Amino acid sequence: MKKIIFLFFLFFTCLLFSEDILFEVNDIPNDDGSALQLRWNASNISAEKIVIERKDNGGKPTFVLETDKSTGEFVDGTEISTGIEYSYKLTAYNENNEILATANSVTFSKAQWFNFKKLSLLIMSLIMIISIVYYIYSARSGKELYIRKIAGLESMDESVGRATEMGRPILFIPGTLDLDDMQTIAGLTLLGRLAQKAAEYEADIIVPVCRSMVLSTAKEVVKEAYLKAGRPDAYKPDSVFYLTDDQFGFVAGVDGIIIREKPAANFFLGAFYAESLILAETGFSSGAIQTAGTAMPSQLPFFVVACDYTLIGEELFAASAYLSKEPHQLGSLKGQDMGKAVFVIALVIGIILEISGIHFLKDFLTIH
Amino acid sequence: MEHFFSVLGIWLGALFTFAIFSFLYKDNPFYKVAEQIFVGLSAGYWFVYTIFFILIPNLFDPISQDIGANWIKLFPAALGIMMLMRLIPKTEWVSRFPIALIIGTTSGIFFLRYLKSDVINQLTATMINPFAGSDPVTIIGQLMLVIGTITGVIYFYFSKKHEGAFGVTAKIGIYFLMISFGAAFGYTAMARISLLIGRLQFLLGDWLGIISP
Repeated sequence: MKKIIFLFFLFFTCLLFSEDILFEVNDIPNDDGSALQLRWNASNISAEKIVIERKDNGGKPTFVLETDKSTGEFVDGTEISTGIEYSYKLTAYNENNEILATANSVTFSKAQWFNFKKLSLLIMSLIMIISIVYYIYSARSGKELYIRKIAGLESMDESVGRATEMGRPILFIPGTLDLDDMQTIAGLTLLGRLAQKAAEYEADIIVPVCRSMVLSTAKEVVKEAYLKAGRPDAYKPDSVFYLTDDQFGFVAGVDGIIIREKPAANFFLGAFYAESLILAETGFSSGAIQTAGTAMPSQLPFFVVACDYTLIGEELFAASAYLSKEPHQLGSLKGQDMGKAVFVIALVIGIILEISGIHFLKDFLTIH
Repeated sequence: MEHFFSVLGIWLGALFTFAIFSFLYKDNPFYKVAEQIFVGLSAGYWFVYTIFFILIPNLFDPISQDIGANWIKLFPAALGIMMLMRLIPKTEWVSRFPIALIIGTTSGIFFLRYLKSDVINQLTATMINPFAGSDPVTIIGQLMLVIGTITGVIYFYFSKKHEGAFGVTAKIGIYFLMISFGAAFGYTAMARISLLIGRLQFLLGDWLGIISP
């Protein structure tokens, strides 16, 4: 009997001491292995101070954390590498700075190939990519793909014709951002179409730019357009030129060109900031026919007010497909439309689920 | 001497402000001078800025100090040199490679970035219970958000004719866009007026001293 009582006593003593501190260190899932998650609970022993140290592969201990919170979590992301054994030691102190208890935990950090928190991004990407590839192949195989009328682009022929009749140049601004912006790339694609038309009609085109990379690309685009039109001799290398990188310096220069050269048609297609209204207003006062297009929501109102035609947001990106009617561009546009259809369907289902109090879809789609 | 340059700076600032404002009347020699100086100075400034704040700290210094640890920087340097080969007509074609690399990389990076920020984040932000709200204004606002988003996306659907019910939905979408443009216009116009006030404060305060700057 005494033996049993002793064993019970020993068991409860062990249980009591074992629950003094709960301390665990784990690898953080879905990361590149550069951090470890530390969790502790020393509320049972009323610890006033917690100190955590770390040893890498049995080396010297390094300080990790000191806190007065007896329960907590901490992400250690300081010089953590994969494949190394990290030994953590937690020491709990009372108000007199005496050690109450210690706890140890040993772990490795691992890098994961996949971040499952971004699974929704992968699924959406796959939907977009598959639908784009499918429709490109459909268009190439001869299937006719419809694109609705985009009013702003109908003006291109009209503008070039007007410039030819008046004997004045066409001004094209591909925005004020560099080549690392999709709007600039979309603008330059349209520049190619416009320059080709200008070459066919023998109209002059002026392209001032404010970035060196855009200068090189725009020169290539215009040169190729003249080649495509069969008029390489008509290409003037000086028609594409650099003004300045400075936003308002560039605007002052372009305003001067608009007033002095008096272009018959102005095209502002790309990314614009505060200069949008200054450019569009000066162009309006010079009496030019103006077409603008940007995906900058804050600048669209100014273009809508001051220009004859405006490509709103995604219309700028759809423009090159609309003008070229090339199968791969039409297929790409149709594929993107399918992505939008999936977006609307997912949104409607998500809203219905939210009204019903089911948050599964929203939680799944939320990228942390 | 310092005071002299400070006063000179204020006078030049004031004269150039008037020269630029004179454009409101019509193009004139004062505006032309101010414009050419502005364009030339800013181009020179950005040229010097690129050398001292981009090329030297990011390329020349790291390579000259420890090429072993910074050899990766030789790749962008090589791409930059390839761009400069445009200056020689015979080697102009070489510059097409860095241009192609930049356009391709930009497209790839931005595909995922915009899919996350403009599509999925927008989707989850709109996935709400529009009727959950303590007051009618909140509920109406949430309903507007849901209807505006869905109809706005439908307006940008290009591969279907905008007619019938689909056309009506797209038209509602463009109304939402136009209302938001109107609000944005008013907001930005106010910000532009604050810029004008800033200029007037400079002229009346720093230059003429009529008001305290």
